[in-house]
Amino acid sequence: MQVILKGLNIVNPIQNLIEKNDLLIKDGIIAKVGSISDKEFSDSKVYDFEGKYCSPGFFDMHVHLREPGREDTETIKSGCNSAAAGGFTGIASMPNTEPTVDTAEIVKSITEKSKEHLVDVFPIAAVSVNRKGESLAPMAELFEAGAVAFSDDGVSVKTASLLRSAFEYSNMYGAPIIDHCEEESLADGVMNESIVSTILGLPSIPTIAEDIIVHRDIAVAEYTGGKLHIAHISSKKSIEAVREAKKKGVKVTTEVTPHHFTLTDESLKSFDTNLKMNPPLRTRDDMNAILEGLADGTIDCIASDHAPYASEEKEVEFIYSPNGIIGLETELGLALSELYHKKVLSIEQIVEKFAVNPRKILNIEVPKIEEGEIANLTIFDADLIWTVDKTKFKSKSKNTPFDKKLLTGKSLAVINNKQIFIDGKFSEI
Amino acid sequence: MSLSSRHLIGLQGVPAEDIQSILDTAATFREVLERPIKKVPTLQGKTIVNLFYENSTRTRISFELAQKRLSADTVNFSTSTSSTKKGETFKDTVRNIEAMKVDMIIVRHESAGVPYFLTQVSKANIINAGDGRHEHPTQALLDMYSIKEKIGKIEGLKICIIGDIAHSRVALSNIYGLKALGAQVSVCGPLTMIPKGIESLGVKVYHNINEVIKTHDVLNILRIQLERKAGTNIPSLREYHNYFGVTAERLEKYNKDILILHPGPINRGVEISSEVADGPYQVILDQVTNGVAIRMAVLYLLGSMN
Ligand SMILES: [Zn+2]
Repeated sequence: MQVILKGLNIVNPIQNLIEKNDLLIKDGIIAKVGSISDKEFSDSKVYDFEGKYCSPGFFDMHVHLREPGREDTETIKSGCNSAAAGGFTGIASMPNTEPTVDTAEIVKSITEKSKEHLVDVFPIAAVSVNRKGESLAPMAELFEAGAVAFSDDGVSVKTASLLRSAFEYSNMYGAPIIDHCEEESLADGVMNESIVSTILGLPSIPTIAEDIIVHRDIAVAEYTGGKLHIAHISSKKSIEAVREAKKKGVKVTTEVTPHHFTLTDESLKSFDTNLKMNPPLRTRDDMNAILEGLADGTIDCIASDHAPYASEEKEVEFIYSPNGIIGLETELGLALSELYHKKVLSIEQIVEKFAVNPRKILNIEVPKIEEGEIANLTIFDADLIWTVDKTKFKSKSKNTPFDKKLLTGKSLAVINNKQIFIDGKFSEI
Repeated sequence: MSLSSRHLIGLQGVPAEDIQSILDTAATFREVLERPIKKVPTLQGKTIVNLFYENSTRTRISFELAQKRLSADTVNFSTSTSSTKKGETFKDTVRNIEAMKVDMIIVRHESAGVPYFLTQVSKANIINAGDGRHEHPTQALLDMYSIKEKIGKIEGLKICIIGDIAHSRVALSNIYGLKALGAQVSVCGPLTMIPKGIESLGVKVYHNINEVIKTHDVLNILRIQLERKAGTNIPSLREYHNYFGVTAERLEKYNKDILILHPGPINRGVEISSEVADGPYQVILDQVTNGVAIRMAVLYLLGSMN
């Protein structure tokens, strides 16, 4: 089986180059990069992508699949479908399932269940047994079973001493520790602390809850030489801390979610529970620091923190609602609308943050768009105007604050593992 | 007289004319309450649901009494635990109430935003009887009524709200309402009880009670929640009383003409001494009677808008 993709603007992040070319893909392998005439391969399926961008497949390193435990809200399969629809060929899944991903069996079962899919799933395993912060999970075993990183996401690695051990231990395998940075004693709230929380009368969480743990983690990473990745960074001071640490050579990277670069705490005036997340939406000042951090490279990548919940869990009073929103299918559109079209990032930088950096952080090889390489591609239209419609989501959950939002830029197709996802459907190629 | 909104969620952004209308209407009902037969047929045939998710005998009884005086049919729905915890979502509860074809919903809830949410999903008039730390507009209105009754005006007065401003739903409503009517509003309390950015609402922050007493016309003293006493906000109730308590000695020494309000229930010997609570400066029991009149006014004005 072979397909021809015509008229692509191929983004090559290694040479930082965009070149117009056609692609011939044969049995899932890139057979030719260059000008290809239909007649030359008359038995091929031809896709016309005139002027659309083609990048190494996008990768979201912060996704909550709900299998095992809450398959009613997202399964591995529905999460992968959602990722494909959003333009991703790879995701890393967070370990806070029921049970927690803290044994080799669970790690293996995740990779096993996803192996037929277009989207590759790379499990992140827990740092501590049952994410309780007491004793280290069997990290060597977990790594051998396929875990690419360790995280107690949902909460911070509980103590500095456990974090120290985690860094020292994971250093043997080069796997990063991904930390959700939040000082528990300051986190007894449901939104960011500012004049807005005062006016809305909702219990609040100050940014120092995040900053304190970011500083702790950087200090421990520096001391141990460990690889630290800060999940969903959201505060100005935390970004400053990461920028300084990077200058000093500490091995620290970070990600930001689309909701943190598009929304502020002001939007909570609607008391919409789909705006309740952790870390909470911050102030405009923080958002500006995020945009700056994205532009200067302090923030390495964009990740959704895709967190599916059933509608009955979200349709409750604000203070009882769980934290989190889904994001895989709106992420690229938000990034292109808010970052590319508003001139915060170039297309090359978008590709770097979606395709290159997350893989580098997780020690996963970045796909190459070269002859002889596996076709692992995202094809997107940076100018396509579309309206978000949550009823059309591939995700099993619908908890998004972006429903009915007009976005500019969308994924058109993804290709990986000898499959293509286009026009809402998967097919073999 | 009519109001510019068909709901009363809070006093934030409510125009001074609306507040004035409510206070004037309340004055009329205050007279009704002095009559031997205290009932008027104004809301006959209207159905009102009192949806109280939080225990609050005082506010509920005040609303119920106001409804009875106006001849409305009332349904009480009180529960201390949220419907959420029983597996029914809040949306389900609201749908059920909607199906009963009610005209007005009075709601109290520990989560801020619930009254606002009701305005989005229900056709009834919604009155907020307290949501989280957000607003409690009828309490503020009755406080304002009581000040006006005693002093004759609100404009130009210096009024200080004292206590745990951060956990209070009364403070914000008072700030918005009093400022709309031209008062100078300040707050006083340990800085651990002052919420972030409150100055940007145009209120001055004090932490010296003597200075406050010296310089103000009215003190609105908030209840210190006893269950918070061992928290990290204040070292002890004793220390709170010593540094922030309103006592007869302080009033004698610094300002004998001051007016004292307290939304109740009072903690004698904590935020207020017994002598002050029972003494000549206060209008605490008047506030209770005025509360019924204010709620009658709000029910009447909103109920006659449909
Ligand atoms: Zn997290």
